[in-house]
Amino acid sequence: MSETRKPYIRPLDLKHGQVDLAHGSGGRAMAQLIDELFARHLGNEYLGQGDDGAVLPLPGEGRLVMATDAHVVSPLFFPGGDIGCLSVHGTVNDVAVMGARPLYLAASFILEEGFPLGDLARIVQSMAAAASAAGVPVVTGDTKVVERGKGDGVFITTTGVGVVPPGRELSGRRARPGDVILVSGTLGDHGMAIMAERESLGFESPIVSDTAALHGLIETLLGSGVDLRVLRDPTRGGLATTLNEIARQSGVGMMLQEKALPVKPAVNAACELLGLDPLYVANEGKLVAICGEKDAEMLLSVMRAHPLGQAAAIIGQVVADDHHFVQMTTAFGGRRMVDWLSGEQLPRIC
Amino acid sequence: MKYIDEFRDGDVAQKIAASIRAEADPNRNYHFMEFCGGHTHAISRYGVSDLLPANVRMIHGPGCPVCVLPIGRVDQAIRLALDEGVTLCTYGDCLRVPASDSLSLLKAKAKGGDIRMVYSSADAVTLAQKNPDKQVVFFAIGFETTTPPTAVAIKQAAALGLKNFSVLCCHVLTPSAISSILESPEVRQWGTVPLDGFVGPAHVSTIIGSRPYEFFAEEYRKPVVIAGFEPLDVMQAIRMLIRQVNEGRAEVENEFSRAVDRDGNLKAQALVAEVFEMRKHFEWRGLNVLPYSALRIRGAFAEFDAERRFSVSYASVPDHKACECGAILRGVKRPQDCKIFGTVCTPENPVGSCMVSSEGACAAHYTYGRYKDV
Repeated sequence: MSETRKPYIRPLDLKHGQVDLAHGSGGRAMAQLIDELFARHLGNEYLGQGDDGAVLPLPGEGRLVMATDAHVVSPLFFPGGDIGCLSVHGTVNDVAVMGARPLYLAASFILEEGFPLGDLARIVQSMAAAASAAGVPVVTGDTKVVERGKGDGVFITTTGVGVVPPGRELSGRRARPGDVILVSGTLGDHGMAIMAERESLGFESPIVSDTAALHGLIETLLGSGVDLRVLRDPTRGGLATTLNEIARQSGVGMMLQEKALPVKPAVNAACELLGLDPLYVANEGKLVAICGEKDAEMLLSVMRAHPLGQAAAIIGQVVADDHHFVQMTTAFGGRRMVDWLSGEQLPRIC
Repeated sequence: MKYIDEFRDGDVAQKIAASIRAEADPNRNYHFMEFCGGHTHAISRYGVSDLLPANVRMIHGPGCPVCVLPIGRVDQAIRLALDEGVTLCTYGDCLRVPASDSLSLLKAKAKGGDIRMVYSSADAVTLAQKNPDKQVVFFAIGFETTTPPTAVAIKQAAALGLKNFSVLCCHVLTPSAISSILESPEVRQWGTVPLDGFVGPAHVSTIIGSRPYEFFAEEYRKPVVIAGFEPLDVMQAIRMLIRQVNEGRAEVENEFSRAVDRDGNLKAQALVAEVFEMRKHFEWRGLNVLPYSALRIRGAFAEFDAERRFSVSYASVPDHKACECGAILRGVKRPQDCKIFGTVCTPENPVGSCMVSSEGACAAHYTYGRYKDV
C-alpha cells in the first residue's frame, strides 16, 4: 500500500465482478483485492505496515487475553447485521467477557470462487464500521480462496487480543451458592432473526439480530464497583447452554424463574412456530452476569441505565447442587430441568 | 402470545390443581395414560405432575412417531440412501433414530448419503422438481396427523408427472396402538399396569375425530378425554378423567373442542383413503407386529411407492438387549426403570428410540425431570 504505487488500470469490478482463484493465489490479483477492498476499508497504521504480521506496542500492566472465533453464518446478510459486523462483535465480546479491554483484531477470510465482489465489499465495509465503532482495529489478516462448491460464500475467522487490568478476576469458575444471575436483555433475538430469514417467515415487523459489541457495557459494569464473579455471552446454545457450562465449571446448581426471563413476543411466537425454545437460541449482544446477592439490585440498575442493557433482568439464583443441574420454576408453577442443548438445534447461526 | 398464553396461565393452573386435589378420592389411586408424545412433552416441560396429588399418576403412552418406528424401517431408509443413492428426505426427529450397524440417518449422511431434513412433505416434492436427475424419496412417518400431507405430496407428484419422487410409507394408526395397549396381558390379564383412562390425542383427533375412541370407552370401560397439547388442556383433561372415574362413567369426552369434533376432518380422511390402504401387518417398536395397524400406498399410486420402485425389503431387527423402550412404550416401565437410562443411553447417544425425539418418554424425563431421580 505504498503511497507512490499507481492505481490499477482496471479497478475491481464491484458491480459485476466475482471472486476467482487468483484472488487467493498471492499474486497481483490478490494484492489488488487487498488494496482496494480490505486495506481501503479496514486501513489503520498497523495494517498499513503491509508485513506478514502486525508489530504492536506492548500494552501496559495486566494480563493478555486472546480469543478466536470462526464465523460461518448462513445467510450472510440478515436483519440487524451481516457476517462482517458479526465477526467483529463475536470476538470483541469473547475478549471483553474476560474483563479485558479489547485492543486488536486479526481477520482471516475464506472466500468461495464465484462470490460477488460487491457482496464482499458490503461485508468488509460492515466489518470496518463495527471495528471503528468498537475502537478495535483489524491489524492483520489473510485471504484464501477455495473452489466453487467447497465453501459457502464467505467464512471469516477473527482473533482478538485484549488486556485485563491487574486485580480483575472474572471466570466461569467463580459462581457460588447464593449468587444472583442476571441477563442484560431479551433472549434469542439473533438466532430467531436468522431462522426467520432462512425459513422466510414473513413477520410484519421482522425480528432483528441483537449483534453488538459489549465491551462498553462490560466496562460500565466493572467500573460500578459491583463484585462481579462471572460474565459470559450466551451465543450458540443460548442461555441454557451458557448456564450449564458455568454450573459445571463452578460446581454449583442454578434455579431460574421462567416468569423473569425477558423474551420479545415476536421471538416467542417464532420459536413456538418452529418448535424451538428461546432458552437455547443464540444471542450475539447479550450478557449473563453473576454477582453476589447484595449487589444484584445495583448491578441491575447499572445494566438498565446502559443502552445495551435496558431490558436487563434478574432471572435466578445460584444454589448448592452436587449434580450441577440448572433447574427452573416454570411460569405454570411446576419445576423442570434446563438441560444442556442436545444435538444441533440451529446449524450455522454465527 | 394470543391463543397460547391463555393455555399456559399459572394462576389458572393452580385453580385446576386445587379442584383436582379436592375431587380426587384420597382412598384410591388414579392411573391415566397420556397417549401422545405431545402430552408427554407438555407434562414434563411445564412440570404438570408437580401440580398433581401423589395418588394421580401419569403413564406415558406410545404416541411418539419416531419412538414406535422399528429399527428395520430406518435400515430401509439408510439402504435407500447409501446403496440406491437416492436423496432421502425426512422430518428432523427421524435423523437420530438408532438403526443397525451403529448407524442412524445422521451417521449415514456423514458417510456420504444424501439425506436431507425437511419441514414438510411439500419440500420433498419441490426438491424432486428441482433435481430431475436425482431420485428423491420421502421417508414418511407418523400417525394420522402427518398422513394427509403425505397424501397431498403423492397427488402433487402425480399431477406434476414426476418420475423421480417416491415415498417410503411408514404411517401408523392410533386406534391400533390403543387396542394393543388395552389387549396387552399387563393391562387385561395380570393387571400389572393399572389403567383408569386415557388422555386422548390432540392433533390426531383433529383428523380422525372423537368417534374412533368410543369403542375403547364402551368395550374396555376406559374413559377417554381428548385434550389439546397445552399444559392447561392436560390439567383440565385430568380433572375430567377423575370425575368420570369417580362417577363410574366410561365415556369419550372432548376437552379440545376448539379443534376437534366427533367426525374429524372428512376431506383429509377422503384424501388418505384415496391414496393409502391398510397394511395387513406392520411391526411397531415395543408393540411388535400389529395387524391392520399401518398404511401403504394404493396400487393406483404404485409408481410413487419406494418399496415397489427400489429393492429394499423389510427385515425385522431386534432392539438392543438392555433397552427397555418396548416396555416403556406399553406403559409397563418408566424411563428411570431402564438400566441404561442416563448412563449408556443419553440424548447424545441414544440406544433406544424413546431417547431420540423430544416427545419420547425417555428424552422428556432426561431433559426435564431427571433431577427427581437423585
